[in-house]
Amino acid sequence: MKQGINKINPGAVTRIKRGDKVFFFVNAVFLGLLAILILYPLYFIVIAAISDPDAVLAGKVVFCPVNITWDGFRKVFERKDIWTGYRNTIVYTAETVVLSLLVTIPAGWALSRKKLPFRKFLIVFFIIPMFFGGGLIPFYNVMSRLHLINTSGAIVLPAILSVWNLFMTKTFFESSIPEGLLEAARIDGAGKIRTFLFIVVPLSKAIMAVMALYYAVGQWNSYFNAMIFLQDEKMYPLQLVLKEILIASESTVGGSGETILQQYRLANQLKYVSVIVSSIPVLCLYPFVQKYFAQGVMIGSLKD
Amino acid sequence: MSFVKRNPAKRNGKIPMKKRIRTFIDNSPYLWMLLPAVITVFVFCYLPIYGVLIAFQDFMPGDRILADTTIWVGFRNFTRFFSDVQFLPLMKNTFLLCIYGFIIGFPLPIIVALSLNAVRNRRAGKVLQTIYTAPHFISLVVLVGMLRLFFGRYGLVNNAAAALGAERISFFLENPAFRPMYILSSNWQDFGWSAVIYIAALSNVDPQLHEAAMIDGASRLQRVFHVDIPAIMPMISVMLIMSIGGLMGVGYEKALLMQTDGNLGVSELIATYVYKKGLTGVPDQAYATAIGLFNSVINVVLLIIANTTSKRFSDNSLW
Repeated sequence: MKQGINKINPGAVTRIKRGDKVFFFVNAVFLGLLAILILYPLYFIVIAAISDPDAVLAGKVVFCPVNITWDGFRKVFERKDIWTGYRNTIVYTAETVVLSLLVTIPAGWALSRKKLPFRKFLIVFFIIPMFFGGGLIPFYNVMSRLHLINTSGAIVLPAILSVWNLFMTKTFFESSIPEGLLEAARIDGAGKIRTFLFIVVPLSKAIMAVMALYYAVGQWNSYFNAMIFLQDEKMYPLQLVLKEILIASESTVGGSGETILQQYRLANQLKYVSVIVSSIPVLCLYPFVQKYFAQGVMIGSLKD
Repeated sequence: MSFVKRNPAKRNGKIPMKKRIRTFIDNSPYLWMLLPAVITVFVFCYLPIYGVLIAFQDFMPGDRILADTTIWVGFRNFTRFFSDVQFLPLMKNTFLLCIYGFIIGFPLPIIVALSLNAVRNRRAGKVLQTIYTAPHFISLVVLVGMLRLFFGRYGLVNNAAAALGAERISFFLENPAFRPMYILSSNWQDFGWSAVIYIAALSNVDPQLHEAAMIDGASRLQRVFHVDIPAIMPMISVMLIMSIGGLMGVGYEKALLMQTDGNLGVSELIATYVYKKGLTGVPDQAYATAIGLFNSVINVVLLIIANTTSKRFSDNSLW
C-alpha cells in the first residue's frame, strides 16, 4: 500500500516540527502495541504447542517454549479424522475456486459492459441478495429439495458465487481494461466471446488472484453449511473436525478442579497443535496475494 | 405496436427497432456469460426468498410451499414470537451485541487506517499492515478455539490473573464475559481487514492537498483532520450506511461456537434461536422462518432509514 507522505515530500523528514515529532512517536507506539496485540496470541499458540503441556497449564510458558516436545504434533499426525478432513477441505476448496472463477469472472465482465441487454434489471437482481435473504430455514429446504443434503454439492455449490465478489470483479473491469484495446479487437473482427477469452482474461490476473483467494479462504474456513448438511463423518471438512476437537469437548468444563485439570492436560496440547496445523496453509498463502488487495477492494462504487 | 396509423414518427421508429434487435443479438453473448451467475443466485438466493412464504403457513417439513392443502395462518407465527418469553431477551441480546460491536468496530479501522497512512517509513507501514490483516484469515472455529484456550480456567489469561493474585474465572461460563469476548475477538480478527478499504481510499488522496497544507504550516495531525478525514468521508458514509443496515444482522456462526450452558442468557441471539428452532430437536420450520424474516425485515428497514438520512444530509448514499 502506498504511504503518501514520503513519496511526495521526502525532504519533509529533515524538517519535522516539534509537534509532529510527538505525533509520529505516539502514532508509532499505538501501531506497535496493536502489532504486539495481534502477534502475541499467535506466537503463544506456537510456543504452547511445542512446550510441555504441564508447563503451559502452570503458566510457565510466557515468552519462550519450555521443555520442547513434539508429542503434540505426533498425536495430531496419528489422528485419521484430521487428515480425512484436510483432504476433504482441499478437494472442496479446489472445486469451489475453479467453479467460482468460471462463474464470477465472465459474469463480472458482462455486468461491466454498458451494452449488456437488460443491464439495469440485472444489476438490481444481483444487488437485492446483498441486503435481503430468505434466511436459514428456506435455504435449508431448497438444498433438501435439490437432494444436496449429505453431498459435497451442498458444500461447494452455494459457495461458487458471492454477489459481493461479483461486484468487485465488475468494478475491476470497469476501471482497468483499456477501451482502445477492445475497439482494436472489434475492428480486427474478434467477437464478444473471443475478445473476452483472448484479451480480457489475460489482463485480469490480478482480479482472478484476489477472487481465488477470497473464495478459497471462505471455503477453507467455513463450517456451518457442512455442519447442517453433512451427516457422513467421512465427508467432514477440516473445520468441522476441528470444531469437535477445539470446542465440543470444552462444554464439559465445570466439574471439580482436579478432573478439569486432567482433561486439560490431555486435550490442550492437541488443541494448540491442531490450530497451527489447520491455519498454516492459509496464513502462508496470503502474503503472496496481498499486493492485489488494493485493486480489488474498492467496492464502494456500488452505485452506478 | 399499431400498424394502422402510418405517421412518419412510427415509421422512423421502425428502423431503430430493427437496429435494436441487431444490437441485442450482437450483445447477447454477454447474457450467456452472465447465465451461470444468474442461475446460481436464483437458486441459492431467490428460491429461499420464495421459501419465506412458509412463515405464513402451518408448515410441516416435506410440505410443498404452494399446494391445495396449504394452510395459511397469516401472521400467527409472528404474533407467537412476540409473545414468546424469549422474545425480549433475544431482541436485547442481539441488539446490544450489535450496538456495542458497532461502537467499537466502526471507528477502529478508520483510526488504524489514518494512523498507518501517517507512517513515514513505507516499508514499516507495509509490514504492519500485513500483520494487521493476517488474523482475518483465521477461521471462526480456530478463533473461538483460541479464545477458549486463552480464557479457559487454566488458560493464559487466568494464569496471568492468578500470578497477580486474582481469582480464576471460567470466562466461558460467565454471562458478563460473553459480549466483551465476542466483540474484542471480532475486532482483533478484522480491524486490519476493514482498514484496507480506507487505506486504499487514503492512498488516492491528491498529494497536492498535503503539500498545500504543509506550506500553510499545518502539522501532521492537522493534516489528518483537514485533509485525510475529509478525503475518506464518502467512504465512511457508505460503510456507515452498510453497517447500520447490518445492525441486527449478527450471524449465528460465531455465537453458536461460543455458546455454553453458562452464558446462554446473553449468547442466545435471534439468529441462533432460528437455527435451534428450525433445524434441531423437533423442528418448527414455519416458526423459525417467521423469526428469521422478522429479523431480515428489521435490517432492510434500518438500511433504508440510514440511506435516506444520509441522502438528505449529504451526497453520499448507496442508491
